[in-house]
Amino acid sequence: MKNVIFEVLTNKKIAKDVMEMTLRGDTSGINPGTFVNIKLDGLYLRRPISVCNLEDDVLTFVYKIVGVGTEQMSLMDAGTKLDVLTQLGNGYDLDNAGDNPVLIGGGVGVPPTYLAARKLVEAGKSVTVIMGFNTKDEIFYEEEFKALGVDLRIATVDGSVGTKGFVTDALKRLEPSYIYTCGPEPMLKAVYNATSCSGEYSFEERMGCGFGACMGCSCKTKYGNKRICKEGPVLKKEEIIW
Amino acid sequence: MVNTKVNLMGLTLDNPVIPASGTFGFGYEFADVYDINILGSISLKGTTKEPRFGNPTPRIAECEAGLINSVGLQNPGVDKVISEELPKLRKVYNKPAIANCGGFSIEEYVEVCQKLDKCPEIGILEVNISCPNVHNGGMSFGTDPKAAYEVVKAVKAVTTKPVLVKLSPNVTDIVAIAKACEEAGADGICLINTLLGMRINLKNRQPIIANKMGGFSGPAIFPVAVRMVYQVANAVNIPVVGVGGVATAENVIEMMLAGATAVQVGAENLVNPAACRDIILDLPRVMEKYGIENLSDIIGGCK
Repeated sequence: MKNVIFEVLTNKKIAKDVMEMTLRGDTSGINPGTFVNIKLDGLYLRRPISVCNLEDDVLTFVYKIVGVGTEQMSLMDAGTKLDVLTQLGNGYDLDNAGDNPVLIGGGVGVPPTYLAARKLVEAGKSVTVIMGFNTKDEIFYEEEFKALGVDLRIATVDGSVGTKGFVTDALKRLEPSYIYTCGPEPMLKAVYNATSCSGEYSFEERMGCGFGACMGCSCKTKYGNKRICKEGPVLKKEEIIW
Repeated sequence: MVNTKVNLMGLTLDNPVIPASGTFGFGYEFADVYDINILGSISLKGTTKEPRFGNPTPRIAECEAGLINSVGLQNPGVDKVISEELPKLRKVYNKPAIANCGGFSIEEYVEVCQKLDKCPEIGILEVNISCPNVHNGGMSFGTDPKAAYEVVKAVKAVTTKPVLVKLSPNVTDIVAIAKACEEAGADGICLINTLLGMRINLKNRQPIIANKMGGFSGPAIFPVAVRMVYQVANAVNIPVVGVGGVATAENVIEMMLAGATAVQVGAENLVNPAACRDIILDLPRVMEKYGIENLSDIIGGCK
C-alpha cells in the first residue's frame, strides 16, 4: 500500500454514465486487477476504483457514475489533486495464462481486464477478449481493445451489437487455456459453469478500508476466509464458493 | 520539550494513542505503512474462543462523518491468534499489546482471557462486553450491570494482567454499568464501543447492511464519547480509556480533559492508515499551543 497524490489530467464521458479519467502520479507497484482507494471531499469512506491502464506515471480509470462518490469524480477538472492509496488487493497472475487465455468483462467489469490484456499481448499470448453489455449505448473501449490486437468479441443482451445474449454465448466454441474475468456475480458464476479450464475471477464487495484492516468485505472460500480487498479481489476458480 | 507519557493501569505508555480493536487487525499489516512501535499500544482484533466468519455481507455502510459496520467479530479463534497472529506481531512490535476478548458466555470469556493472560506479547486484557453485532453475547453482557459484574468478576478470578472493560453506549445508565465493573474488580474502563445504527437503500428500500443494523463509529460519535467518558471518569476511581470518533490530536486532548488516561483511535484508521502516526506526530504541536507540558497533567482537567 502506498499513499500517493495524483493530479487529474483528463476526465471524459466515453459511454452512457461511464467516464474515463487519466491521472499523473507515482504508479509504482500497481498491477493488473488491483485497485486504488480514493479520498473524496465530504465523504467519509474512500472509494475503491479498479485500475484500467497505466503507462509510466499515468494511470487510467474507467468508472461508472453510480452514486455520490463517482458523481463527484465525474465533475473533476484537469489539475484536481486526489489523495489515493495504491497497490491494493491481489490482482491477476498473468503467469498462469497459458497460450490462449480468454479475458471476459461484463459492464464496468471490463476496465480491469484491459491492462491484463495489454500485458498478455506484450508477452506474446494469443488473447481473446469478450465484453458483455446490455445494449449498444453502454459499450466502451472497443477501439482500445482492437488496437491491442486481441480477438475482440462483444455480446449484448438486446443483440444491438455482436452476439445476442451473454458473454457465455460469445464464449461458445472457444477453448481457452485460462480465464481472467471481472463483472457482476451472476456473470462470474455463468462463466465458472460454462468453462472447464481454470481461471481467475475478480469479485466486488462493499468495503470499509480497502486494505485489510476492518474485515468488512470478507468472503468464504474453500481455503478459508478471505478479504476481497486484500487476498482478493481476484480469486482462483478452485477456491470459489458460490 | 513536552512529555506525552501516561501511566495506564501500571503500564507506562510513550503516548496515550492506541488504535482501537477492529480497525487495526493484529497490527502487523500496518508495519509497512509506518513504524508501529511509536504507538502507545495496540488493541488487537476482537478474539473469541472459536474461529468466526462473522455476519453476512454487505456489512459496511457509509454515513455522514462515519460508517456502520456489522462485521461480527470475525477472527481465527483464540488458539490461532496465539499460535499465528501474535508471533507475526511480535516480529514488528516490541511493546505490550492489548488483547480484546469476546465471548458468548461467561465460560468463553474466561477461557479466552485465561489463554491470552499467559501470552508475553499481551500487557492488558480488554474484555469486550459491548459488541453490537453478535447475538446472545457481546453487548448483552454490557447492557446489564449484574451481567457485566459477573463477567468481570469471573475473568478477574483467573487472570493476572490488568483488565480493561470495554463498554457499550447503547444503555440508559452508563455510570451504573461502569460502577458494577469497578466493583467486580476491573482495573480500567474503556468506552465507547459503537452506537447501534442503521441505513436504508432508497433504491430497493431495504437495509444496506445484511444484518439490518450495525455499529456506528467515526467523527460523528465523538461528542457522545466525550460525554460518556466525562460521566464515567467522574463516577469511578479506576482509569478510563476514551474511544469514539477520535481523529485529531485536538480530539485526544479533549478526550483526556474529559477524564481519559489513554485514547483509542478507531474508524479514522480505516480512511487514513497512518492516522495514529499523524496524531502522535502532531501531539507536541497541539500541546504547546495549549500550554501543556505533561500530557498526564490534563487528565480529567475539565470539571
